[in-house]
Amino acid sequence: MLYYLAKRLLLMIPLLIGITIITFGVIHLAPGEPVEMQVAMNPKVSAEARERLRKFYELDKPLHIQYGKWVGRLVRLDFGRSFAPDGRPVIEKIRERLPVTISLNMIVLILEFALAIPIGVMAATHRDGPLDRWATVFVFLGFATPLFWLSLILMYLFGVKLGVLPISGLHSLGYEAHGIWWQAVDLAKHLVIPISVATFGSLAGLSRYMRTGMIEVLGQDYITTARAKGLSERVVIYRHALRNALLPAITILGLSVPGLIGGSVIFESIFAIPGMGKLFMDGVMARDYPLVMGVLVIGAVLTLIGNLLADLAYAVADPRIRHGRERAL
Amino acid sequence: MTRRDSYLRDVVWRRFRANRFAVVGGLVVLAMFALSILAPYITPYDPNTLDAYHVLLPPSSDHWFGTDEVGRDVFTRMLFGARISLKVGFVAVGIATMIGTVVGLVAGYYGGWLDSLLMRFVDIMFCFPTFFLILAVIAILEPSIWYIMLIIGLTGWMGVARLVRAEVLSLRERDYILAARVIGCSDPRIIFRHILPNAVGPVLVYATLGIAGAILTESSLSFLGIGVPPPTPSWGNILASGKEFLEFAWWLFLFPGLAIMVTVLSYYLVGEGIRDAMDPRFSSRR
Repeated sequence: MLYYLAKRLLLMIPLLIGITIITFGVIHLAPGEPVEMQVAMNPKVSAEARERLRKFYELDKPLHIQYGKWVGRLVRLDFGRSFAPDGRPVIEKIRERLPVTISLNMIVLILEFALAIPIGVMAATHRDGPLDRWATVFVFLGFATPLFWLSLILMYLFGVKLGVLPISGLHSLGYEAHGIWWQAVDLAKHLVIPISVATFGSLAGLSRYMRTGMIEVLGQDYITTARAKGLSERVVIYRHALRNALLPAITILGLSVPGLIGGSVIFESIFAIPGMGKLFMDGVMARDYPLVMGVLVIGAVLTLIGNLLADLAYAVADPRIRHGRERAL
Repeated sequence: MTRRDSYLRDVVWRRFRANRFAVVGGLVVLAMFALSILAPYITPYDPNTLDAYHVLLPPSSDHWFGTDEVGRDVFTRMLFGARISLKVGFVAVGIATMIGTVVGLVAGYYGGWLDSLLMRFVDIMFCFPTFFLILAVIAILEPSIWYIMLIIGLTGWMGVARLVRAEVLSLRERDYILAARVIGCSDPRIIFRHILPNAVGPVLVYATLGIAGAILTESSLSFLGIGVPPPTPSWGNILASGKEFLEFAWWLFLFPGLAIMVTVLSYYLVGEGIRDAMDPRFSSRR
């Protein structure tokens, strides 16, 4: 197992290098320089001051040297300073915002699994029947709905028209003055719409995957054996079939990380949630290159970690993988 | 075409037809094409003419979906918007499919270091939250519909590449490919005549789903203010400008959202329908 882990970690190194190259390349494709943005906003900046800024950000050096220096600093977790007026280190800004985005996405992931797995199993056991077809339409509807549109409609209905839910942020004004329970309920009220909409939007992938997996497993000989033994259909499905069909679903966990992080831009913009998506969007609009590069790298690394955890969970759950790969080495 | 081919096609077609939701989806997809092509003949209005006397009118028999804040007919703008949104979907997916197919064919057929290199590149691209990459690039470049299609395409080819590669790997060692090589077929001929046709099905499914995804992505970009630039109507930017009027002109917001939802859903149903119909594992046991 340790051997497997070590190998898996080593394989991440070339990916990490690739991630930094692409991030750097994407940002430097842009015509014009970030300094121009700052200069354009401030007419008082002289040509000389502009040169100084260029020097400061080392934009006067050739690209490969800039890249080398940037990666050198990345290794020490130094993402540079934001171009924003506050000029704070990028890593600090990300560290503030990251927990919000990660915890929200964790809740969505848990709900997604709790709902999508039963839906997928139900669709598989009622295959081609009306229940299967309507479940398909339901989960695809979540996929097909522009989530910002649905969010705004719900926000308008519950927040403005009925006035039962707050419409933005994570806390009400003056929440500190209240007890812990009041604060918890307040937070939950703020999160109801974004989390339900995000969950609705995420059901399709996993539930379809579960459906396919279950149909495949249900066709196996050992299921026929279990049925022939006279086991009840419940036991056959939930004890014998589901376990094997669940295994591949673990991979979905890792695969869904980039989508969730990407989607957080929309939700955090609509509901004014101070997370990484909002940070990224603000950075992009202000052409805050160090920040944009930092968030891109961190976002990709989070995906790497998600995949790693999924693979490890898979190896723990399935001895065939663990031992098979070790012997193959 | 051999008889076996046409027999298979019949089976796939029959199974697809048996799936009522997929058929309805297919009809909606066709209807959207018809509406967008025939747009100028369906509506008496022009999508971009301003009309100060008919501002923010609710839906009526004259203006089916009402008018917007500068007096343009919303139904008309949506018909012309359908052209743009479908164009974004098709061009973006066309780009993605082409890149993905070439990468997948080369990696799968030649194998070795080239395969490893290309597949590591795919892995790396898959690590990025796609929407972040798209945002970063679009915001840096000047807003234009061509950039949007290009970027969505350039960030969406990896799935096709993996799909095609897997297909090639499973076909490469078959006897008929060996036979083709023995009688002296060139590499390109083997790839394009004997391998690629077998991969068309899965790629088609992937592309169908991709078109839906691209339409959605464009609408999200418009919502964030960096989608297809106005006054060119796209469903995304009609919807995005409608959000300002949510409280007192619901028609500006409701209809474009519904159009996107119904269209994207239809593409998904069609894609899934084709997938189910082609998959031998799903051959009905009843």
